[in-house]
Amino acid sequence: MRYLPHTADDIATMLKAVQIDSLEGLFAHIPQDCRRRETLKIPEALTEWELNDHMDALAATMAVSPEYKVFMGAGSYAHYVPAAASFLAGRSEFVTAYTPYQPEVSQGTLQAIYEYQTLTARLLGLEVANASQYDGASALAEAMLMAIRVSRKKTIAVSSAVHPMYRRVLATYFEPTGFNIRELPYLPDGTTDLGPLKDMDDLGGVAIQSPNFFGCMENLEAAKQSLPDKKTLLVICFSEPLAYGLYKSPGQCGADIACGEGQSLGIPRTFGGPGLGMFAAKMKYVRNMPGRLVGQTVDEEGKRGHVLTLATREQHIRREKATSNICTNHSLCALAAVMYMASLGGSGFKELARLNYDKAEYLKEALRKAGFKLPFSRLTFNEFVVEFPDDFKKTYQGLLQKKIIAGLPLVDFYPELKNHYLLCATETTARADMDALVKEIIP
Amino acid sequence: MKEILGTTGLIFNEPLLWEKGKKGRSGFSLPRRDVEKHPVDKQLEGPGPDFPDLSEVEVVRHFIRLSQWNFSVDSGMYPLGSCTMKYNPKTNERQAARSGFAQAHPLLPQHLSQGTLKLMYDLEQYLTEITGMDATSLQPAAGAHGELTGMLLFYAYHKSQGAPRSKIIVPDTAHGTNPASAALCGYRSVPVKSNERGVLSPQAVGDIMDTDTAGIMVTNPNTLGLFEENIKAVSEIVHAKGGLVYGDGANMNAIMGIVNMGELGIDVLHLNLHKTFSSPHGGGGPGAGPVCVRKHLEPFLPVPRVIKQKERYALSEDFPETIGKIHAFYGNVGVMIRSYSYILSMGPADLKKASQLAVLNAAYIKDQLKGTFHLPYDRPCMHECVFSDKLQEPYKVTTLDIVKRLMDYGFHPPTIYFPLVVPGAIMIEPTETESKEDIDLFIESMQAIAKEAKENPELLHAAPRKTKRRRLDETAAARKPCLTG
Repeated sequence: MRYLPHTADDIATMLKAVQIDSLEGLFAHIPQDCRRRETLKIPEALTEWELNDHMDALAATMAVSPEYKVFMGAGSYAHYVPAAASFLAGRSEFVTAYTPYQPEVSQGTLQAIYEYQTLTARLLGLEVANASQYDGASALAEAMLMAIRVSRKKTIAVSSAVHPMYRRVLATYFEPTGFNIRELPYLPDGTTDLGPLKDMDDLGGVAIQSPNFFGCMENLEAAKQSLPDKKTLLVICFSEPLAYGLYKSPGQCGADIACGEGQSLGIPRTFGGPGLGMFAAKMKYVRNMPGRLVGQTVDEEGKRGHVLTLATREQHIRREKATSNICTNHSLCALAAVMYMASLGGSGFKELARLNYDKAEYLKEALRKAGFKLPFSRLTFNEFVVEFPDDFKKTYQGLLQKKIIAGLPLVDFYPELKNHYLLCATETTARADMDALVKEIIP
Repeated sequence: MKEILGTTGLIFNEPLLWEKGKKGRSGFSLPRRDVEKHPVDKQLEGPGPDFPDLSEVEVVRHFIRLSQWNFSVDSGMYPLGSCTMKYNPKTNERQAARSGFAQAHPLLPQHLSQGTLKLMYDLEQYLTEITGMDATSLQPAAGAHGELTGMLLFYAYHKSQGAPRSKIIVPDTAHGTNPASAALCGYRSVPVKSNERGVLSPQAVGDIMDTDTAGIMVTNPNTLGLFEENIKAVSEIVHAKGGLVYGDGANMNAIMGIVNMGELGIDVLHLNLHKTFSSPHGGGGPGAGPVCVRKHLEPFLPVPRVIKQKERYALSEDFPETIGKIHAFYGNVGVMIRSYSYILSMGPADLKKASQLAVLNAAYIKDQLKGTFHLPYDRPCMHECVFSDKLQEPYKVTTLDIVKRLMDYGFHPPTIYFPLVVPGAIMIEPTETESKEDIDLFIESMQAIAKEAKENPELLHAAPRKTKRRRLDETAAARKPCLTG
């Protein structure tokens, strides 16, 4: 086996040194009744050649671009990753290192995370960002637990236009805590109904997603005004951070915490993971933040360097009193994101965001002209909801045969939204493909 | 020693990203615009992020220079205890990068995503078999996320029995994440000390186990690198009071094909795919922390679960007792692909051999360095061994000095000051992918450092000298946090 360097001679010499007569003998101290008797029943080893064929066959069954035209976002977006960015994220000095606990030999990872934190804080309009969470959903769950810690209250409110899967993860995290989750309905224009907030007591945090799951930009300033108590934190969540290249950032709209999914920033979709949980907050809350932080300092010679810091919040020091249990996070995804953000630059980021908006507006307009209903009037970014006629399910299936995936049916997530589909267009969506889609679905 | 491995060479200084670049540069090729511009609502429009503008060459040089300041498995031995820094096979990267996997949208219709579903289904089967448990969920995104999932399973189980419990037993040799994960589920940790042999004693557990205790979290092999020889007795005590046993499988690399975790009485076990199953650590993730359970906990596993109906694979939500979702989609599929490739490349015989060689390497290091460094528990070790700095105390040399000096010799330091039960711990896990020559060089380097400690301790106090940076001021970093530039 090419990963196991020991020759029979090596093994014999080493066994002799430790005075044990066989490899099995190394385990003689394990009680007999704990030992496994039968061999592992897994497939026999494949050569690299066989593995390639096998994996190729599995991968070939997947419906992906360019063979398929996928008009689906919903928390996982098709964006082009520049060759330089994916090349850099694959550098094995980054890929095969551990968490940078020994800063003298980890300055590369540390400076890159520090840069990720900085660009993330700038993008989200807040003062401090952590080194990452697992995904948008766990970032939201941790943000709401943090809002409870900061406010010392016991209830949170979450918009029903927050990604349905994020809300489910939030519910899982909250189940054993005894804290309450209240849901805010959505209005006919596709934004959150803030009305019920005024009657809610003991509210530690309010979570609003913008752009929300329907693609609609929320009225965040109004949300800020609607907080019933000055101790209530406004948590702005997102699944498409590219939107902040066009629209105001969460911080500019008054967020205390901003959190969400960063997959859009140079990370392949890979069937939903690994993604990137982004997390930023106001500096005054830093000691209540979950996750790792990299800080700047100097070495013995006074030279600038970076280290993991404020570890007293973390599990390996504070154990059960830690702000979170997160240890391994999504560091390499954070690096991929900073490499992507650096490649675009401020100007490129704005241009790309604008192009996403224009593509989606083009598709929207074409569908409207073709007579389909756009039920939510609110402004969107790169995805939006369409209400199709009653018999559209059949059309949708027919389109799959033609290798077109015409958005995500919403009825599974919102039973009242029958015949409603969430469609997405990004810079990767060609006008010709959008025209073809519209042509195919016109009755 | 023929030649010290560590040396210096030309590397570059490199400023922070925003200290470079000029407005008007670009490192990105926008697609040709094929749609008109559409007006934007001025109320909502923002200024865009304040990022530096850099050319592609600037971006590439920046991150290549940074990468050269890192130590990595691909450059040298990385014997971090309990972290299993084994070689990360390159074919795994190639498989995960296939466009069919990498470009796949998570909400594709199921008949258009059969390959990935099959891969997930089969990987669950393999992990279930390797651990000797009954069922597996791949959804948790990391080890600590697996622990949290495990604690949620405990909570759901006791709730289903009509009696939620409030405490959990955590041994002093446990990973720091264990108590933190338990706390997230509202459990209060009750510590239990390991005995003079470095393992749990059934009596100590029996003394504190009661009907308000949800169970115990055990790492086996434990963080001293010792097999918990009383695990079956401990499990029986916990089960007798209606409790459950959680197994932290971070150290699974020692026992593949050798121990059947299910038979030890463990009810839930998490694995770290980024340790035992060779996916890279990425400088701190992404990993994956699947949980394997015994039959009685299977109904509570996270949803959706991958099921097989005839020859088709599907995602099913039809598990009414589930704890719910723990990840937005299905977990870190990219990591699963790598570990699946690893398991298929290794096969049953070489997975077992990997564990045998991991233990052989550790036992050999333990034997060769015994006497040079203090060995607090002189017993047969598993895949890692724990020394301390006790013998170096007379020279005013600490564990920190020793491992910083080891950097100059060209090795990444072992895990230090952990487990907490050994003051000044030096926890060495070589893994099976280090050759005898490299292990010997490591041993000789440690011996040379012990000699230096005696003869010229200043060398150790001033170490490291060959690295990009000398020792960093961590106190200043924490006192006046500078977290963004």
